[in-house]
Amino acid sequence: MTRKTTTSGSISRRRLLATASAGAAVATLGLTSPVSAQQPPIKIGMSMAQTGGLAGGGKASQLGIEIWRDDINAKGGLLGRKVELVIYDDKSSASETPAIYSKLLDVDKVDILFGPYATVPTAPLMPMVKQRGLLLIGNFAFQVNSKVGHDMWFNNAPWGPPDSWAASYLDIAQKAGGKSVALLAADQEFAQNLALTARDVAKQRNMPIVFDQAYPPNTVEFSSIIRALKAAKPDIVYVASYPPDSAGILRAVNEIGIGDNVKIFGGGMVGLQFGAVMENMGSLLNGVVNYNSWLPEKSMYFPGTKEFFDVYAKRAVEAKVDPLGYYLAPFGYASGQMIEQAIKAVGSLDQKALAKYLHENEIKTIVGPMVFSADGERKETAVLQAQFRGVTDKNIEQFRTSGKQVILFPEKMKSGDLVTPFEAARK
Amino acid sequence: LFSFDLLLDAVVIGGLLGCFYAAVSLGLSVSFGLLDVPHVAHPAFLVLASYAVFFLNEQFGIDPLLAGVMITPVFFVFGLVAYRLYYETFEKRGSDAGVRGIAFFFGIAFIVEVLIILQFGVDQRSVTADYIGKAWRIGDMRIPFRLVVAFGVAAALTILLTLYLSRTFMGRAIRAVAQDQEALRLMGANPVRIKQWAFGIATAVLGIAGALLVIVAPVEPTLDRTYIGRTFCVVVMAGLGSMTGTLVAGIILGVAETIVLTLFGASWAPAISFGMLLCVLAVRPQGLFGRRS
Repeated sequence: MTRKTTTSGSISRRRLLATASAGAAVATLGLTSPVSAQQPPIKIGMSMAQTGGLAGGGKASQLGIEIWRDDINAKGGLLGRKVELVIYDDKSSASETPAIYSKLLDVDKVDILFGPYATVPTAPLMPMVKQRGLLLIGNFAFQVNSKVGHDMWFNNAPWGPPDSWAASYLDIAQKAGGKSVALLAADQEFAQNLALTARDVAKQRNMPIVFDQAYPPNTVEFSSIIRALKAAKPDIVYVASYPPDSAGILRAVNEIGIGDNVKIFGGGMVGLQFGAVMENMGSLLNGVVNYNSWLPEKSMYFPGTKEFFDVYAKRAVEAKVDPLGYYLAPFGYASGQMIEQAIKAVGSLDQKALAKYLHENEIKTIVGPMVFSADGERKETAVLQAQFRGVTDKNIEQFRTSGKQVILFPEKMKSGDLVTPFEAARK
Repeated sequence: LFSFDLLLDAVVIGGLLGCFYAAVSLGLSVSFGLLDVPHVAHPAFLVLASYAVFFLNEQFGIDPLLAGVMITPVFFVFGLVAYRLYYETFEKRGSDAGVRGIAFFFGIAFIVEVLIILQFGVDQRSVTADYIGKAWRIGDMRIPFRLVVAFGVAAALTILLTLYLSRTFMGRAIRAVAQDQEALRLMGANPVRIKQWAFGIATAVLGIAGALLVIVAPVEPTLDRTYIGRTFCVVVMAGLGSMTGTLVAGIILGVAETIVLTLFGASWAPAISFGMLLCVLAVRPQGLFGRRS
């Protein structure tokens, strides 16, 4: 387990690289702060995927939270105390997080808990935080509180009601004249949850499902699956995939073709939000309509958003993380803003009072205002559905300009209309 | 949803995919099949080679296959060093060295993974070439060029390795060391040096196989875990040490996986490799092309 304790404005920094037969560990220790040294710092504890399959997102998210910490400490901290982050690597694994969070609470004595990045590492923490009556700021976990029903959980993600993700995609598809649906989903928890809601929404709307296939997560080659999907002649293709499957699927679609009748393709492809993947896929992305959380379109800028990305762009290079960081980093910063607004208003670290405040008030963040429903998810979905347009190969900088991912949903963020059918939109 | 078109498509794509499986398994067929070295770091070396190819393609625009050929001498030397280290620290020390050797190679695999993460980060990487992203059209069927490349390279590697092992003095010595080390020692040859050379050849082959890996799909540092089961399955099913057997076993595996994936339900596909392996071992314990000892 790697511990990383960081405070703002580090004067000295020591790095220890220890390589054992099983790997390497890195620890960074910051020693000083411009904020009052007399009062103990407010400790915010979390685990983060710094290695393993989720590390690409985890590291970007962590950088977002660190930028917030530096900003708040530069402004004098919270309640006159500096803010310190205590972060451990959970290796993207659900089996690591319960022990890490017990340690954060019982050994490190942290004041506030932030959740780890993503659904799977977060899920096993829910019974513990409910039992102990602790506030937990979620970090892009999907539907982890639906069965637990913890009233002190608040998710920074834009998900909203569980079926809204599939519903918004199928709405766009129906408006484009689509009727029959093909579902292609990875055989794992997150993708299957998405497919399940898509199946339900399609059923409610009498949209026939003509192809419904789950593929194992270690699939190497997608040509034959895409060929079978094409043979089913669907109007709408809803894909719930994980990286690197998303890349494999798009490559196969480009080679095999998907048929002229497909009006819309995409929906829930994880990976197409990350700079390195987008750069690799290049023009193969054109025409795909996919979910996202933040994009550089005019409608997405709120107070502080531009300043955040100016800082992020510089620090991402140094930290070797996603140079764009749209998907997770601003939401990491927003997690900090959620707790900042609540602590300032309540004037203490009382967990129940903070939870009450978050339930009853609108929170202003760099990703827009957040209002929470009883289950700690957003009252209204803010998940974007956007279509890739005019993307060229091997150029990551193009994604910083508006128009490369045109927002089709939600209505108030909309920046363009769907280009359909899919084969035409790819050109 | 069954149709003969789909079945034919699955057989063709599966055959080509199988050639790719064979190409990434050939090195293991030498190191594990012939030399009895429990080389569980084989897929990690393969991923390392694919990152080397990515680096040459990204920085200098070198064609991935050419880059694969260029790194083979480096990987040959890397193989010589790796075997010598393994021999001195484990194999020399006794008959249970094989079991302890697995721990050694697991350690090496983890270190390789971490080094790749430190150097290249955790993101996926892919290469560009004219034959990536295009397909060959025959009637309704479309065959991705990258799989045709995998087929060509697998066939060429199999022929080259088979000729090398049967026609050259060093090749025959490698086969001899696989059959009876003591007899070879009595003939005045040093089996350790021959095994070291063979391990070098096995690792050199990974240079080209690594190029295929990154041509067929994007790579990421922990991809070796996906391939560890498949490569060992191909080598054991083939019959330890048979190069032609490796090609045939790879094709059988690829076709079976693709047919199940296309026609019966994808969730069953991962069970295919090990299910087939169990069947083969039950009926023919020495593998499809192995000789009875």
